Amino acid sequence: MQVKKTRRARPGDLVQVIDIDARITGVRKARYWAEIQRRYGGRSPQRFFLVSLQGKQVQGYIVGEVRDWEFGSPPCGWVFGLGVRPDARLQRAGTRLLEAICEAFRRRGVGKVRTLLARDNSLVLAFFRSQGMMAAPFIALERDL
Amino acid sequence: MKLQKNTLLALYSVLEFASQPGRQLSSAEIAAKYGASPHHLAKVLARLRRARLLSAARGSGGGYRFSGNARRVTVLDVVALFERIGAPAVPASARRLELERALELVLAEIDETAKATFGSITLETLLKLARTRA
Repeated sequence: MQVKKTRRARPGDLVQVIDIDARITGVRKARYWAEIQRRYGGRSPQRFFLVSLQGKQVQGYIVGEVRDWEFGSPPCGWVFGLGVRPDARLQRAGTRLLEAICEAFRRRGVGKVRTLLARDNSLVLAFFRSQGMMAAPFIALERDL
Repeated sequence: MKLQKNTLLALYSVLEFASQPGRQLSSAEIAAKYGASPHHLAKVLARLRRARLLSAARGSGGGYRFSGNARRVTVLDVVALFERIGAPAVPASARRLELERALELVLAEIDETAKATFGSITLETLLKLARTRA
């Protein structure tokens, strides 16, 4: 059994991350992920782009940051991207990624983690629920432009 | 948000069974615990059995066992057996006024959120929540 570990994403991981995301969403977004790597893959104390590995294979990724005082909300951790290789699900890769980013948020002194996702994304919603996350006291709104 | 009595009874029952998956429980035990009439509960359990969430236990005493997958079955799966969230109060053909249509949009928004919430909570997650809040 190869060792499983979680660490900050490196440029060399991007090909696998793009592939995982494309398999889940059906859309290949190479430029988007290159930008995520540029903005979140460094050593920024507030931004995190982590990957979970088994050997050299990326099992999944998570992206998030500490956001300060959005609409009066005290600083909190935000997770805005999470994906696990479909054939690596139910092996705790998502749990390890969430635990790792939550630990990074805690080290920044925040005591709350939030996320936002489509209400028909039942797979990922159920995952976050299983991790103890509940509805936040916010309502997401939108309109056509 | 209010659920019908049958729906709540079904949820309590299926969670009782799912919390002790190997154990067979009689409908009388559950009826006593939740103050339900045994006759009423029997109908609810029969519906859960038809949905393959419970199986009838053989042998002395009878009763039921949980036969679903608590990591896969959601609260919405159980609720949907007994009631329909989002059923319009007024038939679409009868809603001709602008205000009726506008209010229907807002109510539909609430229903969609309720459905997403119920659909994202598995029985295992709800049992975990009950344990952590105990």
